[in-house]
Amino acid sequence: MCDTCGCNITPGNAHLLRNDGPLARSADGREAITLLKGLLSENDRQAAHNREHFDRQGVLALNLMSSPGSGKTALLEATIEALAGKLRIAVIEGDLETENDAERIRAKGVPAVQIATGTACHLDAHMVHDALHRLDLDNIDILFIENVGNLVCPASFDLGHHRNITLLSVTEGDDKPAKYPVMFRAADVMLISKADLLAVLDDFDPAAAERHLRNLASRAPVLTVAARKQRDIDAWLEWLRTEVAAQRERVARRETLHPAVQSEGQALHANSGTGQPHRFVRLP
Amino acid sequence: MHELSVCQALVRQLDEIVQRERAIRITQVVVRIGPLSGVEAQLLRQAYPVASAGTPAAHAELILETLPIRVACESCGAETNATANRLICGVCGDYHTRLLSGDELLLAQVELERDELATASGRH
Repeated sequence: MCDTCGCNITPGNAHLLRNDGPLARSADGREAITLLKGLLSENDRQAAHNREHFDRQGVLALNLMSSPGSGKTALLEATIEALAGKLRIAVIEGDLETENDAERIRAKGVPAVQIATGTACHLDAHMVHDALHRLDLDNIDILFIENVGNLVCPASFDLGHHRNITLLSVTEGDDKPAKYPVMFRAADVMLISKADLLAVLDDFDPAAAERHLRNLASRAPVLTVAARKQRDIDAWLEWLRTEVAAQRERVARRETLHPAVQSEGQALHANSGTGQPHRFVRLP
Repeated sequence: MHELSVCQALVRQLDEIVQRERAIRITQVVVRIGPLSGVEAQLLRQAYPVASAGTPAAHAELILETLPIRVACESCGAETNATANRLICGVCGDYHTRLLSGDELLLAQVELERDELATASGRH
């Protein structure tokens, strides 16, 4: 979804949706108002505000999404240990109940805020904003937002983050991207997690998982990680370092970045004139 | 079931429109939902009476429109229909495609009844 105005107009559907397009309706009797406004524009306004916070303070904000139990928190624990003294990390944890995950993160010496969503199946930009006020963003390089474990709802809500990270653990099926296309299409990077179990789980084929992801027209890199006993997270750490450097460059140029699937609407509203989608938007 | 959250956001927008336009009620709402928006049309329809109860948008006719999923291929240039989990080019099969339509989540149009007295006084 486009953050500039909160709509989902793309270069491909604009001609259908505009006032003079074939799908526009004329008023009859009662007064009709054409709006073409994003249904979640309230959330998107807040998300844009959050993103301004992050950019002003040079923070890279990453949204972690996956099924429950795919190893998001374990990956964060391993990442914090590996980057100790190199990059400063904070974590926002989203779960329906308990402080358990935030306590696991705090045990690694990193600030963590737990959002208990109650019955809500996803985080939204307002919840994240409230959590931000409990963190000192000045002293953070990477903010991880661990979304509620759910392969459906979190994909629909922009939180103001820069990148979507979607985990697929090898204890799930390798056809998850085909079953949950909206979620996996939103991924800027897909992590095949618990990869140390591949030796005993012969029914998960990482190549097949990548094929299902490519069928969604995704160009996102696919990395394998093992965060527990036979720890192997080097490719992931390298991706993180590259992203932190890229965020610093964007901040210096006064640019920002939106997660993958939001590029089309921005291209239209940024009036680039080239007709080419582009993902960088200059800040006012 | 995030459709209830989405529907509540929709009803808040409708409320704002009623205030801004000095309307008394909304009689029809047109929403465009693409198959790739992540929002299920039927669940949104079921959530609407709950989310809109007691508001000026209660009892409005809710029209849900869906645009087809279409992609443009960056390799061969073809524009083809696609499905939610198969967004590759329908001609050459390349995955380097751009989505042309199908991820809309838009409040497209509302039909409303105005408070004629308030409208008249506003004009003079």
